Amino acid sequence: MGTIIKDYSYTPAKIKRGYSGKSLYINLSDLRIEQKEITEFMKEKFTGGKGFDLWYLWHAVTPETRWDSPENEIVMSVGPLGGITQYAGTGKTLLCSISPLTDIPIDSNVGGYFGPLLKFSGWDAFELQGKSEKEILIFIDGNNGRIQIEEAEEYPEDTHLLAEELTKKYAENEDDMVNVSVVCSGSGAKHSYMGMLNFSFYDPRRKVCRFKQAARGGLGTILHDKKVKALVVKYRGVKPNLNDAADISTINKVGVKYHKEVHDLDHKQNKMRQIGTANTIMIMSQYDLLPTRNFQTGGDPEAVKISPEVFINEWLTQGLHDGCWYGCTMSCAKCADHFLITTGPYAGQRVTVDGPEYECAAGLGANLGVFDPQAILEENFYCDTYGIDLISFATCTAFIMECYQRGQITREQMGGLDLRFGNSQAVLELMHQISRGEGFGRIAGLGIRKLKKIFVEEFGADPKLLQDIGMEVKGLEYSEYAHKESLAQQGGFAMATKGPQHDEAWLIFMDMVNKQIPTFEDKANALYYFPMFRTWFGLVGLCKLPWNDLVPADNYKTDSPAKVPEHVQNYVDIFNAVTGKHIDKEELILQSERVYQFQRVFSVRMGKGERKDDYPPYRSLGPVSREEYLSRQELYDKQLRELQKLDPETMDLDEKIAATRRYREDQYEQLMDAVYRRRGWTENGIPTPERLKAIGMDLPELLEVIEPKL
Amino acid sequence: MKVLTHKQELCTGCLECELACSRAYFKTDDRNYSAIRIIENNKTYHANMCTQCGECINMCTANAIYRDRNGVVRIDKKKCVGCLGCVGFCTELVMFYADDLEVPFKCIACDICSKACPEGALEILVSRVKEN
Repeated sequence: MGTIIKDYSYTPAKIKRGYSGKSLYINLSDLRIEQKEITEFMKEKFTGGKGFDLWYLWHAVTPETRWDSPENEIVMSVGPLGGITQYAGTGKTLLCSISPLTDIPIDSNVGGYFGPLLKFSGWDAFELQGKSEKEILIFIDGNNGRIQIEEAEEYPEDTHLLAEELTKKYAENEDDMVNVSVVCSGSGAKHSYMGMLNFSFYDPRRKVCRFKQAARGGLGTILHDKKVKALVVKYRGVKPNLNDAADISTINKVGVKYHKEVHDLDHKQNKMRQIGTANTIMIMSQYDLLPTRNFQTGGDPEAVKISPEVFINEWLTQGLHDGCWYGCTMSCAKCADHFLITTGPYAGQRVTVDGPEYECAAGLGANLGVFDPQAILEENFYCDTYGIDLISFATCTAFIMECYQRGQITREQMGGLDLRFGNSQAVLELMHQISRGEGFGRIAGLGIRKLKKIFVEEFGADPKLLQDIGMEVKGLEYSEYAHKESLAQQGGFAMATKGPQHDEAWLIFMDMVNKQIPTFEDKANALYYFPMFRTWFGLVGLCKLPWNDLVPADNYKTDSPAKVPEHVQNYVDIFNAVTGKHIDKEELILQSERVYQFQRVFSVRMGKGERKDDYPPYRSLGPVSREEYLSRQELYDKQLRELQKLDPETMDLDEKIAATRRYREDQYEQLMDAVYRRRGWTENGIPTPERLKAIGMDLPELLEVIEPKL
Repeated sequence: MKVLTHKQELCTGCLECELACSRAYFKTDDRNYSAIRIIENNKTYHANMCTQCGECINMCTANAIYRDRNGVVRIDKKKCVGCLGCVGFCTELVMFYADDLEVPFKCIACDICSKACPEGALEILVSRVKEN
């Protein structure tokens, strides 16, 4: 279709023990294509995946670089275990860039076939730098060692159309379509800072492209700014040992054991194969964890309308494989087939909707006051095809709705949109406006941090209230868990390096329900171990879900059930079996910590990795409003009596809210102190030279960043 | 539907069936390469082999398992990526694999073992039962 403006040939590197040893660099400004060596130093210090991404990004940018600077890169890497087929969740790609929402490195992980096929095409990592003059697409042919850059103005913008067209274009026939994977965004990424990237995989049973999302932090916005419409990879010939594993026997054995566990236990545990991550909606509502109406409350009697049973029985196709990479028997990527769209440019068409995942049902559902499964699925479809991160969109729109509810902004200021909680038609119209870059949609996708400034400066809103209810830290919107009663999770969100996403730590049950980490030190230990452990998935190319969304039948008998020791050992065994190395579970944490501390220092370098940047909005910690206090008055009054020795009977409501706030903010300060100590940081949140030395990361460029801050 | 059946009362546990199977498909006497496995329990012999139930068809992560014209469940070797999901998911434990093979293997009701059985304990049945 478009003119080919660059044609580059290469000899695909052979993978040895999980690494191809090569990375691909493309500069869009001058269409330069280069190969780089993956050094032993990189493997030793950064392992792969997010580690490689951050290392390349560090060298690409300066402290002055912003998301739209030409030198900003999108870097992606799948990690040494990525692409093995025998275990569940082994196709994850990690992406990093300087985010338009946070101005610091964002990392986002995603399934779909692109990452593994890229590696099998010879590339452990892929850097995309510069900006193209014209809209282009990049095609990587891994079988023939060819990279083509093609003009792409004429292709459709929205993901479900673009990916289908490109998959058909590059596949030789129907059977070949599974060998093509597309990365693209959509029209919504043009007019928002929360544009995301869809990664496709072709579903041969449904005969449609399916999608997983690298959603967080505006990666789609950056891709669009670089004028890249799509990345396409094609590799035919996926086989079980393309990674050249040192010990295929162990991988097979551990894999079969895990598949059998899924078969025997999933229907008794989380039902991931039936409903995916949305299995927890009712549990979250029952435990006051389902964010409702901008995190004001943690559940709603109406939540039953969006319960897992409703989605299973009425919307989601059952009984077909739904994994986003080969071998994933957890099969959680559910979808609604033949779904009829009722609004916007695709009204009247029937489509396949990937989801809803938990974050979607909670965010676009309860958090917007929408308890209508059909509306949630339509919102889900449009966020995906427009290339909008539904977590940021949901949390940001919930904030807008509460500002409207509390009279901080008016309907007129929203261009006439009646964004009341529960009005899904207005939510959908807002999405369409973002897609078109019209009306309120021109600013609504800029994220909470920028909206707070606009609402205060231009609409006269109350800055203190907006600070309290705007659920963002570092500029990134919270993911969808209410957590006022879990101090550890408050820290897990607000002290997360990239911003408040729960992939670093999800400690709510350990902390609030099972009371396993009562002291500050216990919580700090958990906020050391779990972020380090979970970081590892992103270094090696794995998905977190198979770790603890299914546990062995006897897991409860182990000394640390929350860690799922048998599955941790599986990962150690698989890592060693692929790479031929001999790590143990302690070395695994060390691999993670090297990258974790590196990322913190990187954030410091970009101007946002200190104590001041780790504070949550008060809505995260406790009740901001009278209604919130009254919704759980019994609990809060009890806490005043027991924790503060105050008599709530003698206090008026505002005094009780103020006393609760003083106590909770002080608790959070104490938690920060404990966590910073445990992580080897100064009181100001800066990793110390001693800690960096202890983990072998006292690199001169890191010390240069932290020394002025000590 | 074609399916291999086993008459326990006739089986002497001679394992000729296993040998016939592993030799025919993998040119080896190693029973780990046989798609039928005879298990002894108290001098009686149970045969483990695919019942052609087809539960593995829809769960296959590569869409590589299908039922052929004779109702036999088959693996398309070109499509299979060796994930071994079907091995873990087979309730009868009759989807087999070996570390030097790229795809798992199973009984395809080919009749080789029944012809090799000296006691007539194995038989291919052809039925018209509903297929999934």
